[in-house]
Amino acid sequence: MKYLTSELLKVIADYQGKFNGAYSIREDGECVARQTSENIDIVSKTDKPGLEVHVKPGTKDEYVYVPACVTHGNVDDLVYNDFYIGEGADVTIIAGCGVHSDDEDEARHNGIHRFFLGKGARVLYKEKHIGTGKGQGLKRIDPVTDAFLEEDATLEMDTIQISGVDATTRVTKAELKARAKLLVRERILTEGEQTAKTDFVVDMIGEDASADIVSRSVARGHSFQSFDSTIRGLTRCSGHSECDAILADEGRVLASPALEAAHIDAALIHEAAIGKIAGEQLLKLQSLGLTAEEAEEKIIAGFLK
Amino acid sequence: MLEIQNIAWSPEGEGVIHDISLHVDSGKMIVVTGPNGGGKTSLAKLIAGINRPTSGKIIFNGEDITELDITERAKRGIAYAFQQPVRFKGLSVQDLLDTAAGKALNVQETCKLLEAVGLCANEYKDRELNASLSGGEIKRIEIASVLVREAQLSIFDEPEAGIDLWSFSKLVEAFNEIRKRKSGTLLVISHQERILEIADEIVVVANGYVRDAGARQVILPALLADEHRSRCPLEKEENLA
Ligand SMILES: Nc1ncnc2c1ncn2[C@@H]1O[C@H](COP(=O)(O)OP(=O)(O)OP(=O)(O)O)[C@@H](O)[C@H]1O
Ligand SMILES: [Mg+2]
Repeated sequence: MKYLTSELLKVIADYQGKFNGAYSIREDGECVARQTSENIDIVSKTDKPGLEVHVKPGTKDEYVYVPACVTHGNVDDLVYNDFYIGEGADVTIIAGCGVHSDDEDEARHNGIHRFFLGKGARVLYKEKHIGTGKGQGLKRIDPVTDAFLEEDATLEMDTIQISGVDATTRVTKAELKARAKLLVRERILTEGEQTAKTDFVVDMIGEDASADIVSRSVARGHSFQSFDSTIRGLTRCSGHSECDAILADEGRVLASPALEAAHIDAALIHEAAIGKIAGEQLLKLQSLGLTAEEAEEKIIAGFLK
Repeated sequence: MLEIQNIAWSPEGEGVIHDISLHVDSGKMIVVTGPNGGGKTSLAKLIAGINRPTSGKIIFNGEDITELDITERAKRGIAYAFQQPVRFKGLSVQDLLDTAAGKALNVQETCKLLEAVGLCANEYKDRELNASLSGGEIKRIEIASVLVREAQLSIFDEPEAGIDLWSFSKLVEAFNEIRKRKSGTLLVISHQERILEIADEIVVVANGYVRDAGARQVILPALLADEHRSRCPLEKEENLA
């Protein structure tokens, strides 16, 4: 594994020289390290690039790390990862992606993830995205996530894009059976000429399924972000989405939330708020001795935490 | 320590503060009171640097701070607890208090501080300063964020508003403590008798002017007598004009 990869892993996957649990580390389109555990098997796909992760039913409190790094330009990494989570299992999956380019060529990682959660399974999925390097080449990360939740399953997605990613298009789809739960916490910071598009489509097909999507974004410089979400309730269920955006400089944000209720007991709510940092917030922190710039940094850091 | 010389403030050409002069001695507790809309908060914001006066001067410890911005004034030792506390998505109570203190407070320090406003640190330190906090809770956190600064001049804008009796007693205790130890100068905007009662001096602000100012012993009896006559404050101001 390259030094650069280990540095990126520290930021995106809490890497401290080793991982505690099953892992498969991807570097420039190749698997460079892998470990399985008694309950978690990781095998390479035979028909296309990517992995199959199998978590045995009833597995508790285990971790799976599947980070991917791109360390130079002229890499267009496409990977298909499938996660099969057995009934009643409760695991944390740490993905995360770092793209680095010091040259003129584009560096891209495109991860297509599918999650199959068995009955009563719980997954906490954590994903951090970052772009580094001084190259002019675009740094792109385009994740596609498809999740299928059986009855009583819970998928909690905690995703954050910190900095340096020039362009991202995120597509997340989920299908929820009875009492299944989807919780999404997404945070995206864009600056300069960066763009970020995020699109959620959630279908609640089982009774008492619930979805809660919270997206917080900060668009600075001349950056642009768009937030699209469609939550469909086809039966008695509850759905909530929230898009909260802070604008600075010439940043632009487009939020297009959609709700579709096809049942009298489908309760769906959307909230969206876009605006600059409230003047009062800056004044309060300045009155505690921070400069206006420090106050802005603190407010944004807290907002995206 | 604080000398306000003939300040006026006219946002958008409308006179809010017409002409206020005030002299505040070090280690004293000054209570500013007066009818709603009289200009108390406007005065406090001029002192804290949130707004700049249209004319007049503000001298703090011998230095003319009229042109200094809010950060500079905070660094010189002026702290202001907002009448309407500000909420922040993503910042915790601990984040705010640490920012106010200028360092990471340890558990004991946080406990002691929140205790002074009647809150239990364990329950509150990790709460987000968002809409989930009640009015009284956020108000007390606002007050704590000023107490922790141990500023030379602390301004509290209606600290009693929305807080329960028990917490209010704690607050009066905290003010008394500062006053007794002379560990800072207090300028408290209040309508509360129990706060007026512990003032060294009382200033009555109405219609953008100082209507009355002096030792508590002199001003308070007159204020209370006025109140007991329960006359309409508007009527009173008209008589005055
Ligand atoms: N930024 C502003 N622009 C214009 N008018 C203002 C502004 N701020 C305050 N005012 C007006 O100035 C007057 C005094 O307001 P201020 O908030 O200072 O009163 P107050 O004495 O603190 O009242 P209260 O007891 O209700 O808190 C009010 O009529 C208010 O509407
Ligand atoms: Mg006021």
